[in-house]
Amino acid sequence: MEPKTWQEIPIGGMILEAGNAVEYLTGGWRAFRPVRGEADCTHCFQCWLFCPDSSILVDAEHEQMTGFDLEHCKGCGLCAAVCPVNSKVMRKAGQELARDDVRLCIRMIEEGRSEE
Amino acid sequence: MSTFEALTGDLAFATAMRQINPDVVAAYPITPQTETVEHFADFVADGRVDTEFVTVESEHSAMSACVGASAAGARVMTATCANGLALMWEIVYIAASLRCPIVMSLVNRALSGPINIHCDHSDVMGMRDSGWIVLFSESGQEAYDNAIQAVRIGEHPDVLLPVAVCQDGFITSHAMERVEIYEDTDVKGFVGEYRPQWSLLDLEQPKTYGPLDFYDYYYEHKRQQVEAMEQAQRVIQEVAEEFNHKFDRNYGLFEPYRLEDAEVALVVANSTAGTAKVVVNQLRDEGLKVGLLKPRVFRPFPGKELADALRHLKAVAVMDRSISFGAMDNAGPLFLELVAALALHGVRVPVADYVFGLGGRDILPGEIESVYQDLIRAAERGQVERRVTFLSVR
Repeated sequence: MEPKTWQEIPIGGMILEAGNAVEYLTGGWRAFRPVRGEADCTHCFQCWLFCPDSSILVDAEHEQMTGFDLEHCKGCGLCAAVCPVNSKVMRKAGQELARDDVRLCIRMIEEGRSEE
Repeated sequence: MSTFEALTGDLAFATAMRQINPDVVAAYPITPQTETVEHFADFVADGRVDTEFVTVESEHSAMSACVGASAAGARVMTATCANGLALMWEIVYIAASLRCPIVMSLVNRALSGPINIHCDHSDVMGMRDSGWIVLFSESGQEAYDNAIQAVRIGEHPDVLLPVAVCQDGFITSHAMERVEIYEDTDVKGFVGEYRPQWSLLDLEQPKTYGPLDFYDYYYEHKRQQVEAMEQAQRVIQEVAEEFNHKFDRNYGLFEPYRLEDAEVALVVANSTAGTAKVVVNQLRDEGLKVGLLKPRVFRPFPGKELADALRHLKAVAVMDRSISFGAMDNAGPLFLELVAALALHGVRVPVADYVFGLGGRDILPGEIESVYQDLIRAAERGQVERRVTFLSVR
């Protein structure tokens, strides 16, 4: 899209149309990408509730979490952090799991890394 | 019918606020502006205005509340001075950038430190690049008249900028003068109703104010502010013309006083212009061809018009009630900008700067007369003795 001139845009940086954030593709900002792991998703929608970019895709009719909108997801990892299934994955006392552990429900893997 | 009342400059401005009846006023008291806020609080308490009066904990909050209310579509006014303005600083720029037509009484006072509550222009000169329109007032009458016009100027669809109306701390703000107060209905008729084009409270068409604005469009928004300033010069004159027609008081970009046939002239703003007029009259009685130019509109700076008004003179002195520390010759800001205007518009006249009155130091007719005597010598020699004089400093 050709950038607009000062005469063509609303004054003062105002945005006159509501709900146009969807037009701004922020997926390219991502350093880490959310992917589904081995643990079974319980479709609790915690990730959907917390995602700051509305990037959790759901099938509302069947009440299923179906994946990630990678055109807008910035890779903040909040979905993985709030996932209650992730916190139930067995680990040794005092041991941290790696963010990309394959046993997790939502894993964060380095963007650009090819696997599977 | 208008009435003549004995009012301080602060109360004159508060009276304009009462007649304008703004939707929101958010202000914090600071000497010597306090009286304006006190009197306006009385008008609110007595039910004489419908204004939502927001008492805040600081000037930073006052200006923030003003920006929010203005974005919501309200007609907004406030008042401050000196350190209060300094505390507003961050939001002063935001008010202009978000194109909020807030009208502010700025009672000029020295910036600390050492701490001082008396008059000079160091507060307003600091905000000269902030994007606000700045009007000077010689008297309580002019502060009152400028307040009424400021509403129309700022809210004009081609402008949409905040406006600061200056008057001198204590000298004007606390001195009681005869002020003509127009009929409430006439003032209300003149300012009209504010119909904001983009209200945040318009739930049918929601919009966003103040989003992140990076290298892709920030520059374009600054260019728009330039356009608004350019339009403002025309709008200020149109509003003045309508005001002059309705209230029979003559305002323009500046006031020339016995300037037309003068050979030397002084440029000085606010209350000192009143003192200087007395000196001009005395010297004229002695047969000296002296004149005065009193700037009214400082932002936008009418460089060409000022240069043209001073073109015929043999010597010019600027009196600055502030110093631009470290600027060329440590001169005052009014001088520096006027010198640039004269040079750009081909006016080759000896010009000198006289810094005076800092921190409320009295400026007496005899001192102004000494400036005119310097000017007359400069006119004879074709050059000034000193470029910058710190008048009456010990």
